[in-house]
Amino acid sequence: MLQLLKRYWVVVRRPARYFSLGFLTIGGFVAGIVFWGAFNTALELTNTETFCISCHEMRDNVYVELQSTIHYTNRSGVRAKCPDCHVPHNWTDKIARKMQASNEVWAKIFGTVSTREKFEAARLDLAQHEWARFKANDSLECRNCHAYDYMDFTRQSARAAAAHSALLASGERTCIDCHKGIAHRLPALPVPGTDVKAHTSDATPR
Amino acid sequence: MRRENRQGLIVPALRGWVALASLCLLAGTATIANAATDALTDPLRGSTPILDESQPPPLQNQENKDVRRVRSHPMQPPTIPHKIDGYQLDKSVNRCLFCHARTRIEETKAIPLSVTHYMDRDGTVRGDVSPRRYFCTQCHVPQDEVKPLVDNRFEDFDTVAKRPPPKAAAPAKR
Repeated sequence: MLQLLKRYWVVVRRPARYFSLGFLTIGGFVAGIVFWGAFNTALELTNTETFCISCHEMRDNVYVELQSTIHYTNRSGVRAKCPDCHVPHNWTDKIARKMQASNEVWAKIFGTVSTREKFEAARLDLAQHEWARFKANDSLECRNCHAYDYMDFTRQSARAAAAHSALLASGERTCIDCHKGIAHRLPALPVPGTDVKAHTSDATPR
Repeated sequence: MRRENRQGLIVPALRGWVALASLCLLAGTATIANAATDALTDPLRGSTPILDESQPPPLQNQENKDVRRVRSHPMQPPTIPHKIDGYQLDKSVNRCLFCHARTRIEETKAIPLSVTHYMDRDGTVRGDVSPRRYFCTQCHVPQDEVKPLVDNRFEDFDTVAKRPPPKAAAPAKR
């Protein structure tokens, strides 16, 4: 094995014997463009909604839930697609997210959420991953469209304006802290203080 | 009933009861028909004939002023003075409680649920919202700014009580 590596190292180190410098530079450049173009095209292909809902796990659960929300249908017809919120737009962040998402390929192959029941069971866990991601990047994907600097508080309801000008302005809260579950159904939340958990555990009629 | 039979003779091939009934409606004399439509003008349907579908009024925006409304009578569930579009209210999540829960009102300044919502049917106060009071919109509803379709002559108790007593001892007309 070591012998083999050494032999290749020698080949790689040695100047080319038959190919001209021009061929190597221009050829390398062209090959670079081709490889990069192919890579990026494939990457962008996985960054479309069509790709996301080509799996029934997404199409039958989260995509259906999105359709009744304001991020899918609204008065002006502007809508958010899956990658708008779930994939960072910055290249390095996007690559990092894509590498994480290779885990989702594993989950697809082994059917981790292949049925509605499995999905519902995993919903809280999945949601918490996304909430943690939004919390960590200060709701970057929200802010790609909803920029604080351009919010007109006079056009918001009094309640919204108060919350935004106090909590969002100071950076004390970020979008996802209050706006969980605006695009998909919420899981049963075991969050202290919401008094929600008790209903799922203690919903038997007395 | 007699008219039905007559129609049945004129048009032998009747396709069932619906066709029969509709023919009866259409076959009345002009005066009867006019009188009937006048009498049947329904505020909800307008003058749309009974066999046509009426055009529903466009959906309005829910009122979103956050100003508490006066209750018409003491037992009236208060109406919701803000939008609840897209609020999830099912067995896993109650969006209303995100703000209106007992433990959340300090931060949100929302109105807490009254203690009756914690009572089970025997009147025992429980630690959390009683399942029978869990679905808020069964009683509490948002309001739209629309013209009421039917005239409402309801007067609350204060108005009635302040009114000078009637001179004669006539019983109140209902």
